Amino acid sequence: MKLVIRDVRLPLAHFELRLDVEITHQVTALFGPSGAGKTSVLDLIAGLRQAPSAYIELDGRVLTDTSARKEVPARDRHIGYVPQDGALFPHLSVRGNLLYGNKGDTSLDRVTGVLEIGHLLDRRIGDLSGGEKQRVALARALLSSPRLLLLDEPLAALDEELKMRVLSYLQRVRDELRVPMLYVSHTTDELRALCDEVLVLDRGLLRGRGEPRELFAAPAGASHDPD
Amino acid sequence: MMSSEEWQILGLTVRTAGLATLLILPPGLLLAWLLARTRWRGKSLVETLVALPLVMPPVATGLILLKAFGRRGPIGHFLHDTLGLDVVFTWRAVVLAMAVMAFPLLVRSARVAFEGVPHRLEQIARTLGAREGRVFFTITLPLAARGILGGTLLAFARALGEFGATILVAGNIPGRTTTLSLAIYQLVQLGQDEDAFRLLAVSVAVAFAAVWLSEWFLRGRA
Repeated sequence: MKLVIRDVRLPLAHFELRLDVEITHQVTALFGPSGAGKTSVLDLIAGLRQAPSAYIELDGRVLTDTSARKEVPARDRHIGYVPQDGALFPHLSVRGNLLYGNKGDTSLDRVTGVLEIGHLLDRRIGDLSGGEKQRVALARALLSSPRLLLLDEPLAALDEELKMRVLSYLQRVRDELRVPMLYVSHTTDELRALCDEVLVLDRGLLRGRGEPRELFAAPAGASHDPD
Repeated sequence: MMSSEEWQILGLTVRTAGLATLLILPPGLLLAWLLARTRWRGKSLVETLVALPLVMPPVATGLILLKAFGRRGPIGHFLHDTLGLDVVFTWRAVVLAMAVMAFPLLVRSARVAFEGVPHRLEQIARTLGAREGRVFFTITLPLAARGILGGTLLAFARALGEFGATILVAGNIPGRTTTLSLAIYQLVQLGQDEDAFRLLAVSVAVAFAAVWLSEWFLRGRA
């Protein structure tokens, strides 16, 4: 996977997001405090938000090039998105959610098998627990056969025990389905367990990058949690 | 017991109000969605124009319709010459007056319903490959359905009780344009209070059912 982000200039409420970066690892983390511009970066990559200036290219395919007035719509980008709350469609069943973006090229059985949600298919969304909702949201994105998966703090709303369980499912997705991921979080433990590289973002600027164990050398814990 | 003439009046009122509500549904939903989800030049002007029948005297609205749809009016002239259709003082004028008066209520309710659908769900649907039409029919519309149904019933109830604009543009022609409210007015004028009260009870029952159902749908949305 090769994601090129160049000349991004996006005015936000208190600062301007400015980003020039090339991402090649399978799982890369965007790390930084709340309000650092992390979700805006994901929205730009997914095509859900437009910047006055931006160039975004995924595996040689130009998705956004403001200088050439090119903007591939979100529906044609083949980029999966799992927001913090899952954003499941509440009026559809689990099966309805999972099949919404599925064109048959990714097997429902395989994805539900990896995430262990096969028994939930006929349930209503309102009857799912927090951890189940996140696994369904993850499966729904995977079933649309994305070239890149964007995850926006998918574990933030879960308690510690559930976090560890869902984290193990994310590791299975990484190892068994091998879908490239860009993972937003501000919890160092998650990044250590999942990511190959970490980009540190603060007030819209890239402040550093490196492997998780280099960046977070202190014992597992919150000393690096910017919040 | 109601006479056959009173049944005929009730039937005409429900049919014309139902038709008026059906006719305003497609443009009303489209406009409500545009107001809720898009930004464009002249939006506030359109919002004001749509709300006008809510605050203008219904008789004034009726006069505008009479001038526009009369045979010498710009629209009435066109309809008469090209389609051979007369509107004024026919059942079509009843439907027209009801539609114009009920339109703002439908648009307002539907707009609130559309605004209540989380934008994030529509965005996620797009990342899953859905085109705008599919996003609208599979996500936005089903999630706004209760609010839209409530608004539709409210518009229907408003149409049922229409009086001021109707009497000006459709007149009060027995068997052709006499609706419940026009009949009640006429009976009171003639001093036939007992008949008027019977129609009043029918009118209250139909309106009560429509508003009660509308409230049920609108409450369920919250």
